[in-house]
Amino acid sequence: MKVLVAVKRVVDYNVKVRVKADGSDVDVANVKMSMNPFDEIAVEEAVRLKEAGKATEIVVVSMGVKQCEETLRTALAMGADRAILVETDTELQPLAVAKLLKAVADKEQPQLLIVGKQAIDDDANQTGQMAAALLGWAQGTFASKVDVAAETVDVTREIDGGLETVKLRLPAVVTADLRLNEPRFIKLPNIMAAKKKPLEKTSPADLGVDVTPRLKTLKVAEPAKRSAGIKVANAAELVAKLKNDAKVL
Amino acid sequence: MPAYKAPLRDFDFVLNELIKVQDIIPALPGYEEATQDIFTSYLEAAAQFCESELAPLNRQADEEGCQFDPSTKAVTTPPGFKEAYKQYCELGFPALDCDPTYGGQGMPKSLAFPVMEMQCSSNVAWSMYPGLSHGAYAAIHAHGTPEQKATYLPRLVDGSWTGTMCLTEPHCGTDLGLLKTRAEPNGDGSYSITGTKIFISAGEHDMSDNIIHLVLARLPDAPKDVKGISLFIVPKYHADGSRNPVACGSLEHKMGIKANATAVINLDGAKGYLIGEANKGLSCMFTMMNAARLGCGMQGLGIGEASFQGALAYARERLQMRALTGAKCPDKAADPIIVHPDVRRMLLTQKAYTEAGRALTALLALQLDIEDKHPDAAARQDAADLVALLTPVAKAFMTDNGYEAANMGMQVFGGHGFIREWGMEQLVRDCRISQIYEGTNGIQAIDLLGRKVLLDQGQKLRKFTKQIHQFCQANEGNDKLAEYIAPLARLMKDVGEVTMGIGMASLQNKDEAGAAATDYLRLIGHLSYAWLWARMAEVAHASLGQGDDAFYQAKIATGRFYMAKLFPEVHTLLARIKGGAAPLMALDEEHFAF
Ligand SMILES: Cc1cc2nc3c(=O)[nH]c(=O)nc-3n(C[C@H](O)[C@H](O)[C@H](O)COP(=O)(O)OP(=O)(O)OC[C@H]3O[C@@H](n4cnc5c(N)ncnc54)[C@H](O)[C@@H]3O)c2cc1C
Ligand SMILES: Cc1cc2nc3c(=O)[nH]c(=O)nc-3n(C[C@H](O)[C@H](O)[C@H](O)COP(=O)(O)OP(=O)(O)OC[C@H]3O[C@@H](n4cnc5c(N)ncnc54)[C@H](O)[C@@H]3O)c2cc1C
Repeated sequence: MKVLVAVKRVVDYNVKVRVKADGSDVDVANVKMSMNPFDEIAVEEAVRLKEAGKATEIVVVSMGVKQCEETLRTALAMGADRAILVETDTELQPLAVAKLLKAVADKEQPQLLIVGKQAIDDDANQTGQMAAALLGWAQGTFASKVDVAAETVDVTREIDGGLETVKLRLPAVVTADLRLNEPRFIKLPNIMAAKKKPLEKTSPADLGVDVTPRLKTLKVAEPAKRSAGIKVANAAELVAKLKNDAKVL
Repeated sequence: MPAYKAPLRDFDFVLNELIKVQDIIPALPGYEEATQDIFTSYLEAAAQFCESELAPLNRQADEEGCQFDPSTKAVTTPPGFKEAYKQYCELGFPALDCDPTYGGQGMPKSLAFPVMEMQCSSNVAWSMYPGLSHGAYAAIHAHGTPEQKATYLPRLVDGSWTGTMCLTEPHCGTDLGLLKTRAEPNGDGSYSITGTKIFISAGEHDMSDNIIHLVLARLPDAPKDVKGISLFIVPKYHADGSRNPVACGSLEHKMGIKANATAVINLDGAKGYLIGEANKGLSCMFTMMNAARLGCGMQGLGIGEASFQGALAYARERLQMRALTGAKCPDKAADPIIVHPDVRRMLLTQKAYTEAGRALTALLALQLDIEDKHPDAAARQDAADLVALLTPVAKAFMTDNGYEAANMGMQVFGGHGFIREWGMEQLVRDCRISQIYEGTNGIQAIDLLGRKVLLDQGQKLRKFTKQIHQFCQANEGNDKLAEYIAPLARLMKDVGEVTMGIGMASLQNKDEAGAAATDYLRLIGHLSYAWLWARMAEVAHASLGQGDDAFYQAKIATGRFYMAKLFPEVHTLLARIKGGAAPLMALDEEHFAF
C-alpha cells in the first residue's frame, strides 16, 4: 500500500510572531520555520504503518516556496521514501492545496492520504476535507487512532462528545490529531541518508492547477491586549456586572 | 529555572556569519558532506534531544546523585540517566564525529562542539558519561593497534561501551610524574595492573555493557618521573564476559556534578593491554588533551548560557522596586528588575562572556578540524599553533567566566537563587569543578605563559597577534569599529611589552613567570574576546537592514558593553603583572599565620 503524506512549512511553534507594520500579514522574514506539528504526526503515522508492514511506500509532498525542500528532507529523515515539491511563490489557500493534492494523488494513486488536521499558522482545518471531496474519497478527520485493513481503514476520531470510530473504504483521506502518536526524534545518520533520497520538483502549472488566491486578506492585527480583571465580592455583584457592564445576561 | 532553549540563532551567527565554517569545512578531505544544511539539521536534532530529554533530568539528578552498593561494587545513576543514554545512542550521537571506518558519521569538531555546549547547558553531569567515552575513543583511535581498534572502537562509537581516563592517584593529580600504579608483564603480551586511581569520572555506572578504562601505569623497569609512564587499556569485562579485577571502591561526595559518578578505582592485578609505545603514555594521553580541555571550557560556556537563560526570564518577571528614572510599569506593583542598571550589569556580563566564548570555541574547533584534515602542511601547522596557544586560554578563561556568570545568575534571583528548587545554585556548584580538572586553571596559565609563549620566544603568540594587527589595519578609520580598534591596538602593544618584561625577568628569577601566569592568561583572554567582539560587531553592522536588525543591534550593544565594562579589567591585570613576583615570595612560609 502506498501512503501519500502532505507536509507544510510553517513558522516554528516556539516563535512569537509579529504582525507586519502595514498590517498586511505576519512577518515571517528571518523567522525559524519548521514542519507543521500535525504534519509531523501524519508522517510518523505513515512511518509506523510501514514499520508494521502495512505500507510499502511513503511519498511526502509539500507545496510552496523552494525552502519547503528542507521540510521534505525532515520527513525523509523521519522515514519517508521519496518526496515531491510543488514549487510556487504564490500564497496557497486550502482549496488550492487540496486541488494540488488531488493532482498529485491522481498521479501517485496512493491508498491513503494522511494530512495534519490543520496547520498552526492559519489554523484553517480545511485542506484534508476539501481534498477528500475533490478526490471523491472517504474521509476520517481528527484521527487519534488509525487501523488499516486490506480494503478498509478504521479511524478513531476526536469529536466533541468523546471518540467515534468510523470504517472507511480505501482509498481514503485521514487528518491527524494531536493524540494520534508522538513523532520520533530523527536519528542523525538518517539526516544524511535523507539527502540521498529522491526529491522530485514540479509546479502548479505542470500539474495543471490554477492556484490563484480566491480569498483576500483585508487586515492582520494582533489580538487586543487583555485588560486586568476585577474581583467581585459575591455572586450578586457578579450577576449585576454581567447584566449592566458586560450586558451578556 | 525555565526550560532550556538551545541558542540556535547564535550558533548560526557564529558558525555561518562570523567564523564562516562553510568556506573551509566542506573543502577538507573527508568533510565534503558536512554542508550547512547538514549542520542545521544536526543542531536542531541535538537541540531537541537536549531540551526535551536531558534538561528535564538535571535538577532531580542533582538531588539523588549516584548510589554505590559496596557489596556488589555497582553504581546506579539517577533516574532517567540510563534511558536518556540509550536513546542518545539509538539516535547516533556518540558516533557524530567518529571515524566512519568504525561506524562513525565522520562529522567535524566544528559541529560536535556546539552539540557538546547544548549538553553542558542542559545536563553537565550526564554529558560527562559520553564525554569521557569520547576521550577513550580518541586515545585508542590515535594510538591503538589495528586489533585494539577493531575490538574497542565500534563499541565505543555505537555507545554500547563507555570509557574513562584514569590518571589521578591519591598523592598526585597535577604532577603525574609521581604516579605509582604498576604494570607487570604477564608474558603473553598482556599486563597485570595494580594500583589505586581516584576521582575517575564515569568510573563505574549502569549505563553501558562494558567500561573501557584507559589507565596510566609504570612498567617494572620504567624511568622515574613522567618519562616512565605507559598507557593501558583495562576493560571492566574481558572478551569472554568474565570480570576483570578493576572495581569501584567508593564514590566521592561532591560539591557539584553529583549525578556523575566520581569513582575510586582499585586495580588488583587487572589485565591490561599496552597502548602506544612503552613509557610514552603521557604523550599518548596528551594528543587529545587540546580537545578535552576545550571540552572542559565548554562546560563553563554551557553553564553560563543556562544560567543566563534562567536569570533573564526571572529578571523580566520579578517585580521589585521602581526604576530610578521613574516607573516603567505603573500598572504593576513594582517594575521588573531588568530595569535596574545593576541587574543589567549581571545579565550583560553573562551574555557578553557567553557569546564571546561561543565564538572562541567555534574558532578553535575549526582549527582542530584544519589541523586534522587540511591537505597543506603549513595550514595544519598554523592551525595547530593557534590551538596550542589558545586552548589553555579557552579552558581557564571560559570556566572562570562561566563560574562568574553562574554566580551572577544566582544573584539575579536574590534569595531564591540560594534555594535549590530554582536550579540556579546547582549551576554554580556544577560549574566549579571545571576550573579544577583537566589541569587546574593555575596550571593552564603556566602552560600558556611558560610553554606556549616563552618557550618558543613568542612565535605562536605573534602568529595570533598578527591576525589581530591585520584586522586593526583593515579597519583603521572605520568609525563603527573605533571603540574596538584603539583599545585593541593599545592592548597588543601592552601585551608585547609585558611578555617581553616577564621573559627578561624570568631569566633572572623563574618565579616571575609563575607569579604573572594567571593574570597573563586573563589578559590574553581579553585580547581574544575583544578581537572576537570587534569581528562580531563588524558582521553585525554589515548585516543591518536585512530584516533581522534586532538581533544585530543586540550584538552591537553587547559588544559595546563588553568593551566598556569588562575589557577594562586589562588595566588591573597589567598593573598586577608589573607587580612581579617579589610581593608573593617575600613572606616567609613560617609567617603566613600565627
Ligand atoms: C569531580 C572530579 C572529577 C575528576 N575526573 C577525573 C578523571 O576522570 N580522571 C582523572 O584522572 N582525574 C580526574 N580528576 C582529577 C583532577 O584532574 C585533579 O583533581 C586535578 O588535576 C588536580 O590535581 P589534584 O587534585 O591532585 O591537585 P594538586 O595537584 O594537589 O593541586 C593543588 C593545588 O596546587 C596547585 N599546583 C600544583 N602544582 C602546581 C605548580 N607546579 N604550580 C602552580 N600551582 C600548582 C594546583 O593548581 C591546585 O590549585 C577529577 C577530579 C574531580 C574533583
Ligand atoms: C537562607 C536565607 C535566609 C534568610 N533569612 C531571612 C530572615 O531571617 N528574615 C527575613 O526577613 N528575610 C530573610 N531572607 C530573605 C533575604 O533577605 C532576601 O532574599 C533578600 O533581601 C533579597 O530579596 P529577594 O530574595 O526578594 O530578591 P529580590 O529583591 O527579588 O532581588 C532580586 C535581584 O534584583 C536585584 N534588585 C532588586 N531591586 C533592585 C533595585 N532597585 N536596584 C538594583 N537591583 C535590584 C537584587 O539585588 C537581586 O539581585 C533570607 C533569605 C535566605 C535565602
